[in-house]
Amino acid sequence: MGEEMAENIFVKKLKEKFPSIEFENERQHDFDIIKVPRDRLFSVIKFFKEDPDLDCDMLVDLTCVDYLGEEPRFELVYHLRSMKKLHMIRVKSRVPEDDPVIDSLTPLYKIANWFEREVWDMYGVKFRGHPDLRRILLYEEFEGHPLRKDYPRTKEQPLVPYRKQES
Amino acid sequence: MSINNLEGSVITTRFDKFLGWARKWSLFPYPFVTACCGMEYMAAATSFYDLDRFGALFPRFTPRQADMLLVVGTITHKQAPILLKIYNQLAEPKWVVAWGACAVSGGFYRNYSVVQGIDKIIPVDVYIPGCPPRPETAIDAIMKLQEKVLNQRHEI
Repeated sequence: MGEEMAENIFVKKLKEKFPSIEFENERQHDFDIIKVPRDRLFSVIKFFKEDPDLDCDMLVDLTCVDYLGEEPRFELVYHLRSMKKLHMIRVKSRVPEDDPVIDSLTPLYKIANWFEREVWDMYGVKFRGHPDLRRILLYEEFEGHPLRKDYPRTKEQPLVPYRKQES
Repeated sequence: MSINNLEGSVITTRFDKFLGWARKWSLFPYPFVTACCGMEYMAAATSFYDLDRFGALFPRFTPRQADMLLVVGTITHKQAPILLKIYNQLAEPKWVVAWGACAVSGGFYRNYSVVQGIDKIIPVDVYIPGCPPRPETAIDAIMKLQEKVLNQRHEI
């Protein structure tokens, strides 16, 4: 099936532009996915944004998945869209648990600022070059990152001391 | 005028009982609305359900002028200090209604972010179950609260 289908324009352009990058390409539910190493992610997305044929002017979503037990553990997921060309691409990149750092997309897309703060808040992935990497949803006193799979499911960190139970 | 002629025109009561009677018909609510139950609160506040017949409709958006705190919706740990502050700002006498499953017990949220019932933080007088509760349930709760206000001791 793969040979019969026309090669995706993103894959084609990526091969032309960066012949040295080792990337994986797959297709799920009519959606093309490109997996790149984390040190090349920024330049790949910059290329997708600035190339006139790809023209991805919108970062639709930026999120993270915790594959606990796998190595590398965290997978960053980027959804890019072109408002003029009307096409979309999903870019994925993995970061390991002991060094969860990836380049920030804030120089390319302003919306990346809050997306990346949310990923930092929930998963503890750091973004190199982010201007203001603070928690966005939780309070500063919170310890840990609650959407990590190894965060205890019912662990609470109350800000207000609980009342004593009346017996 | 003889005292016998007053029959039928005078009733006797205790003053604190009288206060309770007066207060039960003027419960000014402070709606602390945080989530989807707010929609049902709005429905309950319409003329169709007419909470004004209990004197409990006109919302005061300052806790200084309210005596019934309606906690309508999910309270997160981030929101909890604000709720506690509002509760402390309410002038005595004050009553608290936990409106909906989340305010009562955390509802279906059992995770890092949601307070498992507002009674862990502030005392609650009436609990309204439901997700969200029907306006009729809210009316029932207000009548229960009126009963409580009437029968409790009021400091003079």
